[in-house]
Amino acid sequence: MIELDNVAYSYSGAAILSGVSLELAPGSFHFLTGPSGSGKTTFLKLCYGALRPTEGQVSIFGEDLAAMDRDAVAMARRRIGVVHQDCQFLDHLPLAENVALPLTVSGQASPEQADNLRELMTWVGLTEKYEALPPELSGGERQRAALARALILSPDVILADEPTGNVDWEMSQRLLRLLVELNRMGKTVMIATHDLMLIRAAKSLVNARNLRIAGGTLQAAGADL
Amino acid sequence: MNTLDRIKTLAARDAGADRVVPPAGFTVRLTLFTAAAMAFLTVFALALSMAAGRLATSWGEELARASTIRISAPEVQLAAQTAAVLRVLEQTPGVASARALSPEEQRALLEPWFGPDLPVESLPMPQLVELQETGDGYDADGLRLRLQAEAPGAVLDEHSRWRRPLVTAAGRLRLLGWAAIVLIGAATGAMVTLAANAALAANAQVIAVLRLVGATDGYIAGAFVRRFTLRTLAGAAAGTLIGLLALLIVPAGGDTGGILTGLRFAGLQWLWPLLVPPLAAVVAFFATELAARRVLGGLA
Ligand SMILES: Nc1ncnc2c1ncn2[C@@H]1O[C@H](COP(=O)(O)OP(=O)(O)OP(=O)(O)O)[C@@H](O)[C@H]1O
Ligand SMILES: [Mg+2]
Repeated sequence: MIELDNVAYSYSGAAILSGVSLELAPGSFHFLTGPSGSGKTTFLKLCYGALRPTEGQVSIFGEDLAAMDRDAVAMARRRIGVVHQDCQFLDHLPLAENVALPLTVSGQASPEQADNLRELMTWVGLTEKYEALPPELSGGERQRAALARALILSPDVILADEPTGNVDWEMSQRLLRLLVELNRMGKTVMIATHDLMLIRAAKSLVNARNLRIAGGTLQAAGADL
Repeated sequence: MNTLDRIKTLAARDAGADRVVPPAGFTVRLTLFTAAAMAFLTVFALALSMAAGRLATSWGEELARASTIRISAPEVQLAAQTAAVLRVLEQTPGVASARALSPEEQRALLEPWFGPDLPVESLPMPQLVELQETGDGYDADGLRLRLQAEAPGAVLDEHSRWRRPLVTAAGRLRLLGWAAIVLIGAATGAMVTLAANAALAANAQVIAVLRLVGATDGYIAGAFVRRFTLRTLAGAAAGTLIGLLALLIVPAGGDTGGILTGLRFAGLQWLWPLLVPPLAAVVAFFATELAARRVLGGLA
């Protein structure tokens, strides 16, 4: 699905990642950990084409990112559900429209999709908040909405950056089970998180690969998890 | 996607695309006002141009008509002086042709005043000589001097030659009117560009979110372009309407009133201002499209 080959990235000179290689195989499930500021978000952005590597090669759905123009990246992004760490929304639109935004911009908004939307909103426990504006929501509610928005186009790949950072344990379990469920349906999932409890809880549900960014490189996380 | 397709999708696009950009900000109101003011000015420049054009045409037609020379002399000298005048005219540069009117023609000229059976022959009538000038015209003062010497009874009547510089002026005024319209169009484009740039900069966050969920540059640009184009269209329509009403307030002075009282449209010319709003919208479309493409390219 997504492949990084010896990728390096630096923000205007400051090296963040180097020598990173990884293949997100179809149907795989990955956890990504690492200290704050180690480059987890940067890594995910490289995976969905928001950043282009300063060295090495990224290919998305078999296509070399370097050869993709912005429209091609936009098309690829419709097959990748992204939960952004700071859950950006359009603050002037009600939540339901924000969650349906990927449908709107890809011209797929239709009455049939309304069922899909309702189901997702129920799953993430936001049925009461259809008309609320994003700034009126709690941090956890925004995170759940961001997850719903990432899933609305039934993407092949789900990249979630800290999707459970602001929710209670029960809700994070519920969101994890949703992602595991999707993974069982064949979706490729990668979750970046600090939450080691979450990773441990996932052990009994799914056979996940745990990765860790430290010192700018990507390593397999130890058995200490 | 080519421009024509883009205009079509722009017209057809659902309300969803329009909603992704936050509702009317300061920039959009600015656009509305600017478009209205510019359309108002355009209507006046257009009216000025057309009025000047009409004057130039009607004065020009009068100019093209002949001058006449009237020869009043005792009957015995009349034929000789007429011959002298024709001789002088033959040698005058700038005179294309000259011809003495026949008694029948002279009678026809008087007929409206004295009726058809005026005994012209028995009256002491002056002889009229009609002359056509060439495009360059002749030297009227020189001709007068020579006529005085050769045929003392001859009087040159120039009719409307004095209007020649006015015709030139009216022609220039018409050009100035069109130049003003072009400048107004360019200024409209510049202001819409500024407003669109400001709107795009203010909505960088919105653009980031749209990109995150897979919006193409065309979609994002379209949302802005649609908004600015429609606002410009609405503003220009209002400005045009107000401009037309204002023109109706200027009193009409008939055909002879000149530029002041003639500052309006005549007949089908009233249709011209209808082009102002769509043309303003086209200007806004391209201005916003260019601004959006540039900003989106920069944000990559
Ligand atoms: N746009 C940017 N320009 C410059 N430096 C940046 C930019 N974004 C991130 N960085 C830096 O890159 C490093 C990695 O950032 P990143 O957001 O990838 O970390 P992270 O692992 O996601 O951290 P956290 O767990 O706190 O979310 C940080 O030191 C950060 O300051
Ligand atoms: Mg991060």
